[in-house]
Amino acid sequence: MGLLDQKFENANVVVTTMDKLLNWARLSSLWQMQFGLACCAIEMMAASASNFDMMRFGVIPRATPRQCDVMIVSGTVTLKMASRIKRLYDQMSEPRYVISMGSCSNCGGPYWEHGYHVLKGVDRVIPVDVYVPGCPPRPEALIEGLIKLQEKIRNESMAKKKAV
Amino acid sequence: MIETPQKIIKTSTGRSLRTEEMVVNMGPQHPSTHGVLRLEVVLDGEIVVDVVPHMGYLHRCFEKHCEHMTNYQQVIPYVDRMDYTAAMTNELAFVVGVEKMLKIEVSERVHYIRIIMAELQRIASHLIAIGTFGIDMGAFTPFLYCFRDRERILDMFEATCGARLLYNYMWVGGLSHDLPPGFVETAKQFCVDFKKTLKDLNDLLNYNEIFIKRTANVGILPKDLAINYACSGPMLRGSGVDWDLRRDDPYTLYHKFNWEVVVGKGEVGTVGDVWNRHMVRQREMEQSVYIIEQALASLPDGDVSKTIPKRIRPTPGDNYTRIESPRGELGFYIIAEDSVTPYRIKARAPAFVNLSVINEISKGAMLADLVAIMGSIDIVLGEVDR
Repeated sequence: MGLLDQKFENANVVVTTMDKLLNWARLSSLWQMQFGLACCAIEMMAASASNFDMMRFGVIPRATPRQCDVMIVSGTVTLKMASRIKRLYDQMSEPRYVISMGSCSNCGGPYWEHGYHVLKGVDRVIPVDVYVPGCPPRPEALIEGLIKLQEKIRNESMAKKKAV
Repeated sequence: MIETPQKIIKTSTGRSLRTEEMVVNMGPQHPSTHGVLRLEVVLDGEIVVDVVPHMGYLHRCFEKHCEHMTNYQQVIPYVDRMDYTAAMTNELAFVVGVEKMLKIEVSERVHYIRIIMAELQRIASHLIAIGTFGIDMGAFTPFLYCFRDRERILDMFEATCGARLLYNYMWVGGLSHDLPPGFVETAKQFCVDFKKTLKDLNDLLNYNEIFIKRTANVGILPKDLAINYACSGPMLRGSGVDWDLRRDDPYTLYHKFNWEVVVGKGEVGTVGDVWNRHMVRQREMEQSVYIIEQALASLPDGDVSKTIPKRIRPTPGDNYTRIESPRGELGFYIIAEDSVTPYRIKARAPAFVNLSVINEISKGAMLADLVAIMGSIDIVLGEVDR
């Protein structure tokens, strides 16, 4: 609320819809699950480090799924890991969002054909909101995906049920 | 499942108190396991009794892919994805191995560029190791400093081959691209600036009192144990063993340069503890800068793609090539039959071998120290599980 801070002499009333208020709050503090799977995790780390600084979007890495709003699936999901990812997703509280980062978690990527132990896309176990292509995607691409997710949240409504 | 026996201890008032060991799962989602490793930790109170690492959460079928590709060149991108923090050195290991089988002699310029790239990659990899290790120990600021300089290295890689992380740059018999214009000046400037970062890291992290308290005399790996477990790289040198494949089993042209093998000396704590392993990485970066500076100063001219063969068909046989990756001895055992695809490729991953010693060195440590020990081994799960 920095824009309105100390701009008025008396107490004031701001009129908005509940939807807009909640969506604004949700999209500006998307806490991310600190959870790296493979190569893309290094680019995810780079995205939250000095040069790209994802924290300016309100994305703070948290270590436990209970405190998180968005899960960035960064890397190859193997069959052994798939059940664990499902469980971690179930542990997150609503509203929760998923960004699938990189070709591997989008569709299996370079391991699609012969990877006998690779899940062909994380959307087979959990619902995905935004897909970020690339092998690995650049940090800019991840930030683009995040902005896309924010746009999606901005258009959500309490009245309508979220399509899963 | 590990058996947890019950113990009965007598209190000072003569009452008997039943205690029980506790099994705690650390991972696969844990911020300080550096990926998807699961440690099954048996605890007696806060003391670690036993650690069993569980792997396979990132098994990406590397060896199966090698057999299924249509030629040798197609294996290189998968080699990249094995140790994703040090893709250049992985490529180097594979490419040198195949070249040995084909008996190709590459030009001197190719050797020099490969050494420059491998050493830049070593710095980039150690910067991740040091930065994330700092986070594990509760120091967030060094991480930002490390990544600031790492981005400069990645920018140089990107200018050279177009990729930031996984390059497919070194090809059998040469390189995919020559150095871009202005690379030498950028790299020279980086070497000058990076020496300041090394000093910053010493001030911020390495000689920080809190950091020393957390890392000195923790997780001591004695010399003979390190050798018996076939540890390599900073793990081995941190224990005081003077062994570096760049000097002791030279590949490419490392013998032409002046540099020192860094060995843990134990200024703080004991030789072989977490702090010494960490400092070996720190000092190795300095030595890498010296190698890069020498290579840049005497970079010869030439064509980098002249000796690239169109079709790779080695004579049947086998070959084991090893190089010093940032984590230790990385080797590829290649078996060729009379065909354009490899019959079998086995990778000897240093992180996998180094990880096997964790049970021995963390017995009797506190649970919080286990995080320090994990960080000092510097595993990359892509390489452990392959």
